[in-house]
Amino acid sequence: MREIAYEDVVKAVRDIILHCGTDLPQDTYDALKEAMEKEKSPVSKEVIRQILENADIAKDEKRPLCQDTGLAVFFVKVGDEVKIKGGLLKDAINEGTEQGYKDGYLRASTCEPFTRANLKDTVGYNLPAIIHFDLVAGDKIDIEYAAKGGGSENVSRARVFPPAAGKEGIIEYVKEVISDAGGNPCPPITVGIGIGGTFEKAAISSKHALFRDIGSVNEDPEMAEMEQTILDEVNKLGIGAMGMGGTKTALAVHIESNPCHIASLPVSVNVQCHSSRHTHITI
Amino acid sequence: MAKEYYLTTPLTSEDTRQLKSGDIVYISGIIYTARDAAHKRLVELLEKGEEFPFDIEGSVIYFVGPTPPKPGDPIGSAGPTTSYRMDSYSPTMLEYGSKGMIGKGRRSQEVKDACKIYDGIYFGATGGAGALLGKKIKSAEVIAYPELGPEAVRKLEVENFPVTVINDTYGNDLYQMGREMYEVKE
Repeated sequence: MREIAYEDVVKAVRDIILHCGTDLPQDTYDALKEAMEKEKSPVSKEVIRQILENADIAKDEKRPLCQDTGLAVFFVKVGDEVKIKGGLLKDAINEGTEQGYKDGYLRASTCEPFTRANLKDTVGYNLPAIIHFDLVAGDKIDIEYAAKGGGSENVSRARVFPPAAGKEGIIEYVKEVISDAGGNPCPPITVGIGIGGTFEKAAISSKHALFRDIGSVNEDPEMAEMEQTILDEVNKLGIGAMGMGGTKTALAVHIESNPCHIASLPVSVNVQCHSSRHTHITI
Repeated sequence: MAKEYYLTTPLTSEDTRQLKSGDIVYISGIIYTARDAAHKRLVELLEKGEEFPFDIEGSVIYFVGPTPPKPGDPIGSAGPTTSYRMDSYSPTMLEYGSKGMIGKGRRSQEVKDACKIYDGIYFGATGGAGALLGKKIKSAEVIAYPELGPEAVRKLEVENFPVTVINDTYGNDLYQMGREMYEVKE
């Protein structure tokens, strides 16, 4: 059994939150740069140029990339030979989240759903974090993190199709979701698609799909081909950067597919804005 | 063909009527921030004829909820929020003399019509460019409703604040025009 100190987890989480608040990941930066070069609309090209300049300023001066610094979302794989010494892993992740958001002058954006009261002084600064745990073999903890903004989350949707809908039905559905969203989710976006499983499995898969590096290739060749097809279709919609018209509405489409019930074909579409702040550490 | 303009607030009808959807404008001078909660109160003041916290004539309103400032900075990151939440208030603001709004995302037909009637412009700023846009803000002062926190009304001094004309005074909409131009129909 390997022991990991509670405080070490707190510090590691705090550090990745601080880093992601101000430093756009390299895969996102590179994808935006390529999109700027290929974009045909001069207006959208200028918008992407501003997005890249913004990333440079944020990194150099340690300023938040966006005023919407998101809810903190984690996918955590816990090795079965790991023991946290001094507290619960979940508490350590929440404590690290609070410290990171406070120390980075990031915005506290969690609130009570109906009164809309901010939770910073009651539950904690930008708490609770959204944490998905998985148990795996080994003596390490693997933490994937993303800051998830509200504008792009607001346009996301899920639906359970009959099996006959097939790939074509899914492609049409994704086009409909992105078309209706227009410029509101801050394109150029990343589109996460969860297919199969149950209703909630599809939704969680669509979220996790957004954590994959932009530019990486799906290990499943069939899904890789479907990702390319949907990307081409979405970019034909003409929405462009910030909805101003253009050829680069999406930077990438990521699919996670799961086995499902013989009666159903669940599909979830989760959208991430151009400020795709995500990272990955192993403790 | 899109043009570039450098304008200083307050804006006049002469300023706004020369602009067309797609033009890039660099705004300097004083602008005011307000989101949903502040708009609700401001519109009530106008309708009741009560004292307004700033001169609305020619004013530009920025829809923003910034991050907390770091010590020594006037403001934190300050990019635009989604504008449709202000749709029910904006026509009244324009009616009473405001000439510009800065935000992101589509507006209602009522707002577009009000832009035509009152020579108003809806500008889009780049969402997610909060660090860049925050740096164009030289000073910030809360002038009304401090209890609203990030949603308080702030007087901002900006220099070459970069925006794009979305809805002009002629009923054009860049979101529609841009999309029609680049949409690939099978």
